Amino acid sequence: MKIRVDPDKCQGHARCYGLAPELFDVDDYGQASVIVDEVPTELEDKARLAVANCPEYAIEILSE
Amino acid sequence: MTDTVPVIDWASDFDVLDPRYITDPFSIWDDLRTTCPIAHTDRRISSWLPTRYEDVTAIAHDIAHFSSLRVAVIPGGEDDEPPVDFEGPNLEYGLPPISADPPLHTWTRRLLLPWFSHRRVDGYVPMTRDLCRGLLDGFAEGAHADAAAGYAQQIPVRVIAHILGVSTDMSDTFTMWVRDILEFADDPERRQRGAEGLLMYFVEQLEYRRHNPGPDLLSELLGEEVDGKPIDDGIILGIAALVLIAGVDTTWSAIGSSIWHLATHPEDQQRLRDEPGLMALAVEELLRAYSPVTMARLVTEDVEYGGCPMKEGDKVLMNFPAANRDPEAFEEPDVVRLDRAHNRHVAFGSGIHRCAGSNLARMELQVALEEWLHRIPAFSLEQGKEITWAGGQVRGPRILPVVF
Ligand code: HEM
Ligand code: SF4
Repeated sequence: MKIRVDPDKCQGHARCYGLAPELFDVDDYGQASVIVDEVPTELEDKARLAVANCPEYAIEILSE
Repeated sequence: MTDTVPVIDWASDFDVLDPRYITDPFSIWDDLRTTCPIAHTDRRISSWLPTRYEDVTAIAHDIAHFSSLRVAVIPGGEDDEPPVDFEGPNLEYGLPPISADPPLHTWTRRLLLPWFSHRRVDGYVPMTRDLCRGLLDGFAEGAHADAAAGYAQQIPVRVIAHILGVSTDMSDTFTMWVRDILEFADDPERRQRGAEGLLMYFVEQLEYRRHNPGPDLLSELLGEEVDGKPIDDGIILGIAALVLIAGVDTTWSAIGSSIWHLATHPEDQQRLRDEPGLMALAVEELLRAYSPVTMARLVTEDVEYGGCPMKEGDKVLMNFPAANRDPEAFEEPDVVRLDRAHNRHVAFGSGIHRCAGSNLARMELQVALEEWLHRIPAFSLEQGKEITWAGGQVRGPRILPVVF
């Protein structure tokens, strides 16, 4: 699975980082980014959880 | 506080200071969502009250039509200017970034954000934990406590004072000023007392720090340059006042409401004791269900939104708390599910004004609940004692007697 954060939509709520710090980081200015190239299989559920909790609909699943 | 005329028709004449809106806004929003999802009132100033998630978030994103130049839910005075007669630096920019639109919003927000990044906030955990433990030491041996005034109210103000680098001895005075501004804005004397007290205090603090800088937010703002020039004193003063105003009542209300929920839902209390790993999700769910903060926007030009003829100069109340109870956006929204997995709540707002202190607020709420549950055995509301709630801009319990 591949995921990305749309920098134009992200407002730094940091819900993604809170739920899955293994997959996301948020910088000092509230900009989130994905820190893995490929989501490890055992973390796919966590990635989906992050998608379902981002209030700005900023996290996209690029490929399942 | 001035008395409000009781509301009969919520769709055309709502009043956020009506006692029913303060104790049980939930049933009012439910009715409005199905009959008139954007209510209107001419009380104080022509204002609109959206109640659906979709509308609240869409309006929050439309910053061209809905400006942040007036964010007070309870306007001060006829022309909605704060009735503050204040001798000091020019506050023509209000309290940026919250009361600003881009471009002022953008750069003032960037100055603040690093102070509340998740990395910085991790560093404030030990002092917050010690603070909570110290408060609990004061009453945990007994059998009852006021969880609002004796606990929740005491925490955020001290954390913010620490970050600003000002004395925590002033905590009770800060709390009084912030309540004057946010909760008693309807009373011109209290509003004036709060605004003047707080601004004069910061004027002195800035003067002192100009010559005695420390490792604190105020000193750092004084040393910053934007486009090669130091920042205007009025803007620094506005930012400093905002951090105190935005960081105190809000977080304390969230802590108080969460303790109220646990006192009235013993099964949830037990679940958090049995499954401490649930705390991070539970904090988000409690923030959703008891969102404390409503903000306002100023309509910049006549616009029709959702069939409502909004006029230039009207206000729109950003009803984040009602959005978070919308059944279109949340399954069984009135039920608190501590492990709710799909929770795009907007307790911290939506769009460019997303709460700059959200990492800090979450941490404080989580630590305050953890320490409380750790120290206080099974607790419930104290029978026969009155609970009081504040509402309007910030909703939460102000007196919350519990027994254990
Ligand atoms: C549970 C506690 C809190 C809640 C529910 C809350 C809620 C909010 C909301 C809804 C907004 C958006 C305002 C708007 O759209 O006009 C906001 C903005 C803001 N909050 Fe908080 N807040 C909390 C705690 C804090 C804390 C602890 C701080 C600490 C400094 C803080 C600082 C700010 C600032 C600076 C802004 C303005 C951001 C901007 O305009 O870009 N808040 N808050
Ligand atoms: S939850 Fe969404 S908006 Fe928030 S930081 Fe993550 S990607 Fe950005």
